[in-house]
This record gives sequence, structure tokens and C-alpha cells, in this order.
Amino acid sequence: MTTKTIAGKTVQVNEEGFMTAPAEWTKDIAVEIAKEEGIAELTPAHWKVIEFCRQDAAASGKTPTLRRITAGAGVTTKELFALFPKGPAKKVARISGLGKPEGCV
Amino acid sequence: MKKLLILGAGTAGTMVANRLNRLLDSGEWKITIVDQDETHYYQPGFLFLPFGVYNKNDVVKPKRYFMPFGVELIMSPIDVIEPDHNRVKLSDGRVLDYDFLVIATGADIHPEQTPGLAEHEWGQSIHTFYSYEGALALHQKFKTWQGGRLVVNVIDNPIKCPVAPLEFLMLADWYFHERGMRDKVELVYATPLSGAFTKPIASKLLGDILGQKGVKVIPDFMAEHVDPDAKKIVSFDEQEVPYDLLVSIPLNMGAAVVAKSGLGDELNFIPVNKHTFLSDKFSNIFVLGDAAGIPTSKAGSVAHFAVDTFGENFVRYSEGLELLPIFDGHANCFIESGYGKGVLIDFNYDTEPLPGRYPLPGVGPFTLLQESEANHWGKLMFRWMYWNILLKGQELPLPSLMSMAGKWAK
Repeated sequence: MTTKTIAGKTVQVNEEGFMTAPAEWTKDIAVEIAKEEGIAELTPAHWKVIEFCRQDAAASGKTPTLRRITAGAGVTTKELFALFPKGPAKKVARISGLGKPEGCV
Repeated sequence: MKKLLILGAGTAGTMVANRLNRLLDSGEWKITIVDQDETHYYQPGFLFLPFGVYNKNDVVKPKRYFMPFGVELIMSPIDVIEPDHNRVKLSDGRVLDYDFLVIATGADIHPEQTPGLAEHEWGQSIHTFYSYEGALALHQKFKTWQGGRLVVNVIDNPIKCPVAPLEFLMLADWYFHERGMRDKVELVYATPLSGAFTKPIASKLLGDILGQKGVKVIPDFMAEHVDPDAKKIVSFDEQEVPYDLLVSIPLNMGAAVVAKSGLGDELNFIPVNKHTFLSDKFSNIFVLGDAAGIPTSKAGSVAHFAVDTFGENFVRYSEGLELLPIFDGHANCFIESGYGKGVLIDFNYDTEPLPGRYPLPGVGPFTLLQESEANHWGKLMFRWMYWNILLKGQELPLPSLMSMAGKWAK
């Protein structure tokens, strides 16, 4: 387990760059990680998805999968790919300070 | 008499029936198992059917052969599970009540979930080896195929046996070489993952092996639909991958009865405790095998290690003791890599596949994350072990929990 400084805050991350303590997450961190992922600006549409993922993970203890996000956050898979290009489930998880989605075993 | 009801007589259900029949007192327990299909399929064998390595007889046997004396086997589709009433309704009208329920209804492919996939080209230029019929049809196709661009595509994860698509590609490389037409075949792997496999070290090493075999990997490809006339798959972000022959691993979902009974997630897999298999919602329902929504591979080896830990744990629980959180997500997969060789991976929830030797540290005979002939023989031997030892719920001389001994850590 290593630590990394994002948006001026030191947080724990795993070897794949996913935060391991969701409580350390802040909105500023989300903005920084989004930039690393090539998303220059987080729009309200992005935040809607991020907030759904944060709430869902807090309730279930698990990072939501792509299918769970589309069912729960009211976006289509196509829109998700437009918002978070390439692997949206993984990108949203990283930006939301959550672990890698468990579908990927 | 206490009633234990098992739904599904596939790999997990059959192993549970055999194991618990031995562990539970037959004077106190009545064990019943329900399934809709008389035939037990050795699913790992489907991989070998298209290449003619196995034939039909290698992969099918009657389910009844594997049911121990004392366990009642009922042949019927299941209509609905009513967990609030501790009962299950069968499609033939019978109602079965239970004290404890084990759901082992597995996972199956759903090509109809992807537009264009299972339409007029299904069985023509679009195939799958993830079903018995599909694997046999692909064998027929290969007999007359003249070559071209063969694309293997995974629609979405999780899938049964996550290494099977890689094995298929490596066997295809060998098979077309043997047939003297490897130069006429382009092998492509389009996957929604960011690399050849999920975990970093295995992804790198398996990706290298694929590269050496001339397989092109297209990562981060999430197929939205297939255009069967233009012969291309199109992703959600509008990448296109053309093919001459598409070998699809369609969406894998849990049984429809799980959804109908309100027990599943978006893909009809049932949330359970990943160390005990106890349902999150019901204290007398367990889920084993592919039906369970736990973050480990959907594979027979996992089901086997799971049943190893579950058997004694269930006995404790039925006597009023607490369940021990013992299952570690252990998976152990032989990966057939062609030319009489194979790769072996051994991992669990916390430890990704690492290089090393197995099962004897430093000795083997099997090599982890490295090609060897021993691994290939291990894979072929496994079919005998499956039919003769595993399904009957007997123990293999391998520990059910993963061990770090013999693995080279980073």
C-alpha cells in the first residue's frame, strides 16, 4: 500500500492507482484524478454519475458496475462512454475514490 | 426431519449434495436437489470441442450418475423461490418447503442481449464455444473454414472461466498451424478489459504470450452491437472491429428464476457474504457456484474450493454455531496454451496470480504463469479428476485455501 498526494491531500492508493480509503476522498481530489484520466472539466452530468457511485458504494460496500450505474443513475451506457471515455466503470471508480469494480475478476 | 433443498445439479450443486450427504446425519436430514436437465456437461471441455481435441462423449454424462444414495433428485424447471415462506414452487406444480436452501443455479450465456449477435448470422459467421451446441457447431465450421480474420470478443464481465477466451486464441494459433493455414488466419482478441487479463502481473505475462503467438489484443472494447451484414462489431464509443468469423462470449447472466424471485442484482447474481456464502438477506439461504455474486472467478475450481470450506461450516451453522469466515476466493486455473503446453494460475481475493511453482513450493511439477508441458497434462488429467473425484464431493490432495509458498512475490 502506498500513498499519493492529490490536490494537496495525502491519500492511500493501491498499485493500480485506486484510492483504498473512500473517506479520504474530496471533490477537489475528484477534479485532479479526472484530469489524470484526461477529463479536463467535470460537468453536472459527470457529478451526477460520481454522486450516484459514492452513494451506492456507501450503501452496498461495493463499487457499482457499469450496469448498476446505468440502471441507478439514469444514464445510458453510450452517454457514460461519452462522459468517461474508454472503460467508464473503472474511470468513474477512480474519480469517485472507490476500488476497482468487482466485475473485473 | 430437517429439510435441505438444493437448486441446480450442476458442478456446485452436485458437489454440495455429495459433500453434505456425507457430513449430515441421514436420520435427521432429508436432502433434495432440483434440476431441469438430465445431462451433466463438463463445461471446461467445451473449449476443446471446436478443435476436435475432445468429442461429445468426453463432456456429457447423466446427472443421476453423480447423485448419492439418499439424495432425492427431482427433474423440473423451477418456477419461483419464495424466501419469506421458506418454499420453492416448481413448474410442474409441486411445492417444496425447506429449512435451509442452497441456490446453485449457475450462469448461462445470453446472446439475445446484444443487438445483431443472435440473428440470421448466428451459427454462420457468428459462433460461440460457451455452450455445448455452440462448441459443436464451431467444430463443423472450422472443418471447412478457409481462413480470414477471426475475432474473439467478450461482451462484458463477469464471464464463466475468465481465461477460456485466451485459451481459445492460443489453441486456435496451434490448430491452424497444424492444418497448414496459420498464415491465412488473423487472430484478434477484443476485450472490455484494459489488457489480456484482469490482474496486472498475469495480464502482462499472458499478454506477452498472446503477442508471441501473433494474437492482436484490442483492449477497452465494450461491444454495443454487432452488424451481422457488414460483419463488424461496434463499441459504445463507436470503435469498429471487422471480422470474417466472430467467436463471441455473450453476456453471462444468472438464472431467470433468481430475477423472478427478487433475489439477484442487475445480472441475476445473488449477493452473499464472500467468505461464507450466506445470503445478505436471508439467514437460511446459501448461494454456491456461479450463481453467487462474489468477486472471484466463475469456475469449477472455485466452486470446489468453496464447497470444501462450506461443508463443515454448514454443519456448524445448522447446530447453532456461527459461520466461520473461511473462504478466501481461491481459484486455480490451468490455461491451455497450445502445442502441448499450458500455463497455471493460482490466486484468491487478496493475492493476484504470481509466478512460481505449484503445488510443491520450488518443485512443482506445475509452473505458475509460465508455459510448460506439465501444465498441459495437468489440464487433461483434470477431466478425469472432475468426473471421478470432484463431482462426488471427495477431497483432492490440494489445500482449499491459497498458499503463498512457492510463489515469487513482487
